[in-house]
Amino acid sequence: MNQVIIRNISRKYGDTTALQAVGFSVPPGELFGLIGPDGAGKTTLFRILTTLLLPDSGSATVCGFDIIRDWKEIRTRVGYMPGRFSLYQDLSMEENLLFFATVFNTRVEENYDLIRDIYVQIEPFRKRRAGKLSGGMKQKLALCCALIHRPEVLFLDEPTTGVDPVSRVEFWDMLRRLKQQGITILVSTPYMDEASRCDRIALMRSGHCLSIDTPGAICRSFGKPLYAVRSGRMYALLKELRTYKETFSCYAFGDSHHLTLNPGGADDVGALQTWLRDKGYTDVSIEPIAPGIEDCFMESGDRNV
Amino acid sequence: MSVIETDKLSKRFGSFTAVDRISFRVEKGEIFGFLGANGAGKTTAMRMLCGLSVPTSGQARVAGYDVYREQEQIKKHIGYMSQRFSLYGDLTVGENIRLFGGIYGLPKKQLAGRTDELLRTLGMENERNTFVSDLPLGWKQKLAFSVAIIHEPEIVFLDEPTGGVDPVTRRRFWELIYRASERGITAFVTTHYMDEAEYCNRVSIMVDGRIEALDKPAALKDTFQAGNMNEVFRALARKAVRNE
Amino acid sequence: MKQFVSFIRKEFYHIFRDMRTTLMLLLMPVILIILFGFAISTEIRRSPIAVWDQRHDDSSGKLINQLQASEYFELYQMINSREEAGELFRRGKIRLALIIPPAQADARVQILADATDPNEANLLIRYAGAVMTSSLPGPSLREEVSGEVLLLYNPQMKGAYNFVPGVMGLILMLICAMMTSVGIVKEKELGTMEVLLVSPLRPVYIILAKAAPYLLISMVNIATILLLSRFLLDVPIRGSLVVLVSLSVLYALVALCLGLLISTLADTQQAAMLISGVVLMLPTVLLSGMVFPVENMPWILRRLSDIVPAKWYIIGVKDVMIKGLEAGAILRETGILALMAIVLTGLSVKRFKIRL
Repeated sequence: MNQVIIRNISRKYGDTTALQAVGFSVPPGELFGLIGPDGAGKTTLFRILTTLLLPDSGSATVCGFDIIRDWKEIRTRVGYMPGRFSLYQDLSMEENLLFFATVFNTRVEENYDLIRDIYVQIEPFRKRRAGKLSGGMKQKLALCCALIHRPEVLFLDEPTTGVDPVSRVEFWDMLRRLKQQGITILVSTPYMDEASRCDRIALMRSGHCLSIDTPGAICRSFGKPLYAVRSGRMYALLKELRTYKETFSCYAFGDSHHLTLNPGGADDVGALQTWLRDKGYTDVSIEPIAPGIEDCFMESGDRNV
Repeated sequence: MSVIETDKLSKRFGSFTAVDRISFRVEKGEIFGFLGANGAGKTTAMRMLCGLSVPTSGQARVAGYDVYREQEQIKKHIGYMSQRFSLYGDLTVGENIRLFGGIYGLPKKQLAGRTDELLRTLGMENERNTFVSDLPLGWKQKLAFSVAIIHEPEIVFLDEPTGGVDPVTRRRFWELIYRASERGITAFVTTHYMDEAEYCNRVSIMVDGRIEALDKPAALKDTFQAGNMNEVFRALARKAVRNE
Repeated sequence: MKQFVSFIRKEFYHIFRDMRTTLMLLLMPVILIILFGFAISTEIRRSPIAVWDQRHDDSSGKLINQLQASEYFELYQMINSREEAGELFRRGKIRLALIIPPAQADARVQILADATDPNEANLLIRYAGAVMTSSLPGPSLREEVSGEVLLLYNPQMKGAYNFVPGVMGLILMLICAMMTSVGIVKEKELGTMEVLLVSPLRPVYIILAKAAPYLLISMVNIATILLLSRFLLDVPIRGSLVVLVSLSVLYALVALCLGLLISTLADTQQAAMLISGVVLMLPTVLLSGMVFPVENMPWILRRLSDIVPAKWYIIGVKDVMIKGLEAGAILRETGILALMAIVLTGLSVKRFKIRL
């Protein structure tokens, strides 16, 4: 049975649509990612699933319990780490952990095996006030607090936002290990490159689910050839490529520009190379590449944000 | 011509050295990426360069002014934008422009002209009386950036300007940076997106308060035999010993 | 229960680790008492007066001596004309002038007062009257002083008898309502409220745990105030201490519920402070009878003052503490406060959301 089932959930704040007919299911033990920028509706969805908000329409169950009727049951079974969650700054790391353990009716020792991996990394600082911890450590402590009662489903709202790339990689490694312990994890992130760390993802924008699948399947569904174009003068090249008549889309992507050509057109790389050479770009390299999640996100749906 | 020059710039808080003898130069019109893990000392260094904090030792000149003695001059010649604070949501577009123009000391007459010009280039003439909180995120950012450089500063400091922004808006934002750089405005950028590090002319990476690497992205990737900047960053940041 | 205890312990950590707040909480009553007791005293001490004595006999001499002997007045100078008094008033040298008519004249003693501060003028006149009536044994002058004043419970007309109950009402309201509302809203701001709600903890425990420490602190404050007023200001506690404390707990409960209500309205700590300040503090200071007598207010304000909990509390405290009345005498006040507590508890529990 699926741990989380969402059916057609919509929610508005005044005139603003936060979620529009969102629905998907998450089987036990899956690491499921909600990928999307600010304003995609990720936080709203998490709040609805953790029984903090009521949907305007639609229904959902978590651990088999209805989010509206059985809110008490759900609250004893899930772990939740809100996006701006910053713990109690004036309490030490240890005090924070002990407090959340008692709040969840458990003791730190009881589920220590679950958090041991994470806790040993921060243990040397257990007497330090949470406010004086670095971003990475705070994040680990918050995760420990959310895990302390061995939840069946863990909701993590943007745990890696504002965290440096190294700590982010470490964090995803931790999630992997938790998943092996059988915990179902729903995690949201605005960083597209983190999508590949999930079993399945939902790409979200402005309250809509654009697609729900494994990261690989989403990338494969890109559906047209994608080229990486490089030259010595990258910004000039970008502007130039946008004026090419066969260009469908062209975006800067790190050290190259990702280019797709008009569907139904000639799809002739040679012609483009010649055109660029005529414009004075002699050092251009064009190579076909496999699209990533970020390419898919930008190609899908309404691009006028 | 260098718009930022630092020589063994340091900042200590008690026994803790947040910034440890960093020396570098940033040239006019350059897009300079300033990277580092959380707690590596980026924010402290940036605050010194913006004239908000006095260094403990070392030398630095920003836009030709000394960071010890001429902090007020520095503030007049730089622009600043961060994701957290940019514009007042409860003021209209026009009011925000007028406010920040005034703060940066633009004369009234010039301000009116500049406001019209700015709205025209942004294609936001019809939004003059719209509250900033009602604008789409992408527009807000464009506006925030344009306001940060309304006084044509020599340098604009951008502190994680694209956090949480969707991929398309993020790229449009970088095009703004390029355009400003073509006009000769230097951009000093921090970011957690490693693909954005590639857009910079040169990148510095701070580890434990020191600048451990500083070069063109391509050269850094060569040195560290890495496929992308993410790998370069991780190779360096792993060396960090301090946990704060 | 273990959850609850641990939650309360956490609240005390919050309170005591913020030294500024702790100091403010514990010192506020001391500062207020000292401020009211010594600085912003409404009592009259050594006010300069002038006397025009046209009688020149024993009784007038005695009267002047008495006035001078009282701690309220000090003879600035003797004068010989009404104009002279006017001049001294204009130059701000005196607050009061006494004109004693010649013995044979068919006139009464006249008291002139500077009424630019009407409260003070009133007090001065009453004091002068009191001194005259109490001091003159002979019939000669006494008949001419109009009215007979007898001051009950507070014969020396000490301001402390009025402001000590007022300060108690203010402090309890400030700490129970403002601090509780700020404390709850702070958890909302931090995002910890979300986590607490998504936990097996019952929402009512969250409320109780947030409120309990402040109830305790406010009781400490009440003790501080009572000790200070007893030993520093010489205000007696004539009635039963048990009744007094019970009344205070009841009032504190009303304040806690108000704080809770505010926390459901405010989303930021500033908003909570502002609402507490405007909705609670102002009426408590202005409409409770603490500073301005309610009886003299327009009808609408008098009715408004009826819903200010501090008014009933202050009346009750005065009855017990100053007049020394039994519990039976404050049934009305207790009843009204109890009713308020019940209504507010119902309202705030209903308003406190189990969701965001």
